[in-house]
Amino acid sequence: MKNSEIFLIRVRRRLLDAADKCVLPLEFLGAVAAALPSLFRKKGLRLREFRYYLALCGSKSLPIVLLISLLMGGVLGIQAALQLTKFGAEIFTADLVGFSVLKEFGPLMVAIILTGRAGSAFAAELGTMKVNEEISALETMGIRPVGYLVLPKLVAMLLAMPVLTVFGDVAGIFGGMAIGVSVLDIPFAAYWSRTIDVLDGITMLLGILKSVVFSLLITLAGCFYGFQSTSDAQGVGRSATQAVVASIFWVIVADALLTVLYSFIGY
Amino acid sequence: MTGNANLSSDVIEVRDLSIGYGKRTVMEHLDFSIRRGEIFGLLGGSGCGKSTLMKHLIGLYRPQKGDIRIFGESIVAAPPERRREMMRRFGVTYQGGALFGSLTLSENVALPLQEFTDYPPEKIDRIVREKLALVDLADFGNYMPAEISGGMKKRAGLARALALDPELLFFDEPSAGLDPLASAALDRLIRSLRDKLGATVVIVTHELDSIFSIADRVIMLDKSVKTAAAIGDPRELKEHSGNAWVKSFLNRDGLKGA
Repeated sequence: MKNSEIFLIRVRRRLLDAADKCVLPLEFLGAVAAALPSLFRKKGLRLREFRYYLALCGSKSLPIVLLISLLMGGVLGIQAALQLTKFGAEIFTADLVGFSVLKEFGPLMVAIILTGRAGSAFAAELGTMKVNEEISALETMGIRPVGYLVLPKLVAMLLAMPVLTVFGDVAGIFGGMAIGVSVLDIPFAAYWSRTIDVLDGITMLLGILKSVVFSLLITLAGCFYGFQSTSDAQGVGRSATQAVVASIFWVIVADALLTVLYSFIGY
Repeated sequence: MTGNANLSSDVIEVRDLSIGYGKRTVMEHLDFSIRRGEIFGLLGGSGCGKSTLMKHLIGLYRPQKGDIRIFGESIVAAPPERRREMMRRFGVTYQGGALFGSLTLSENVALPLQEFTDYPPEKIDRIVREKLALVDLADFGNYMPAEISGGMKKRAGLARALALDPELLFFDEPSAGLDPLASAALDRLIRSLRDKLGATVVIVTHELDSIFSIADRVIMLDKSVKTAAAIGDPRELKEHSGNAWVKSFLNRDGLKGA
C-alpha cells in the first residue's frame, strides 16, 4: 500500500472515531428526552430518590452557597470601591455589586459549587453502579436506566438551583454592603436605598433563568460521563473528573451566550 | 410458553453466533440450544468470552453476526421496547449481586414487583418475605447491601431475580468468591429452584465442582480455536470426549480454570 493510501485510511478512521464521539452525547440526550414523558405517569418520579437529591443539591448545599456568595460579594465590593473612590463615586459600589451578583456571580457561584458537589457525585455514583453491574441489572429487569437514574437528579437540580441562586444573590448583596458600610463608610440606609433603586425583578429573573440552564448542563454532564465510565475504579475517577471539567466548560460557554443574548434585549 | 407456533422444547436457540468487543471477535460459529427445564453450563477458561456470551443471551450486547431466539423469538431483531418485555421473563443474577446500594434488601426485591405489577403493598411484602426466605435471608430484609457479606449479596440478588417468577434464570459465576460450603449450598439452591419452579437455568462458571454436581449439559468454549469445543453431559465429556482440550480441562483441578 502506498503511503498516501495509509494516510487516507488513518484520516478516515480518525473522522469515524470523532463522529462516534459526537453520536454518544446525542444518544444520551435522546434517551433523556424519551424518558421525560414518564414523569407524568403514575409512579413516574421516584420520590425517595428525588428527596435524597433535593437534599444533596439543595438544603445541604445552602451553607456553602451562602458563605461563598457572601465572600464573593465582599470581594466585588472591595474591587469596585478601590476604583470608584478615585472618582468619588463610592455609592456606585452598590450598583456594581448588585448587578454583577444578580446577573453573573450568583448563578455562576451556585453552578460551580453544585458542579463540585452534585455533578461529580452523579458521575461517580453512576460509574460505581456500572462497576457493580447495577446498570446491567436494571436493564435486564426491563427498566430503562436513563429514566430511572437521571430523572430524579434532573428534577431535583432544576428545583434546587434557582432557589439556591436567590439565596446566593441575597448573600452576595449583603457581602458587598458589609464592605460598603464598614470600609467605605457609606451609610447603611444610603447603600440600601441605592441597591433597591437600581435593581429590579427582571434582572434577578434573568439570573435565575441562567441558573436553570446551568442546572441542566451540570446534571446532564454528570450523568453522561457516569454512564460512559469504564468498569473499573480508575474509570470512575476519570468520569468524575471529565464531568466536572465538562460542566464548568459548558456552564461558562452558556453564561457567555446568555450574557450576549441578554445584552441584545437591553439587560 | 406464550402459545405461539413454537412447540419445541428449546427455550434458547443460538444460530451461527459471532461475539466480541468492537471489531475483535472472541467466539464465532456458535450453534446450540438450551432445553426447557435443564441446567446448562457455559464453561471455559478465564477470558474465553463466557460472560460475554451470557450478556448476549440476555440481550445486553448485540452480536456481530448470527441470531439468538428466546422462547422462539429473536432477541437480536426485537426493537428495544419488545426486548425489554422479553427481559422481564428472565431473572439474572450477577457476580457481585448487583444490588442497588441505596435500597434495603427488601426494597431491592420489591423493585421489579413495584415496577411491573399492580399488586397492593401487602401482597408485595408477602412475596418479598417469601423470596428472601427462599434464599435464607428472611431476617435480613432491613439490611443495606453494604452491611452484608458477598455470599449474602449473591443470594439477595437471586431473590430479586426470582421476584417475578421467571421462566429462565441466568447466573454469572454464582460460586466465585464463596467458600466451598457456601458454594455447595448455592448449587443445591439452584437445583432445587429448577426442580420446584421448573425454570430453565443457564450458569456461567469455571468451577468444575459445581458443573459436575448440577449441570445437565455444558457448552465448552475454547479460546484457542475461538469456538465451542464440545456440547454435552459434562460427566460423559470428561470420560469420552475425543477433544484433548475438553478432556484435560474437565479432568484438571477446577480451581485452576484455564
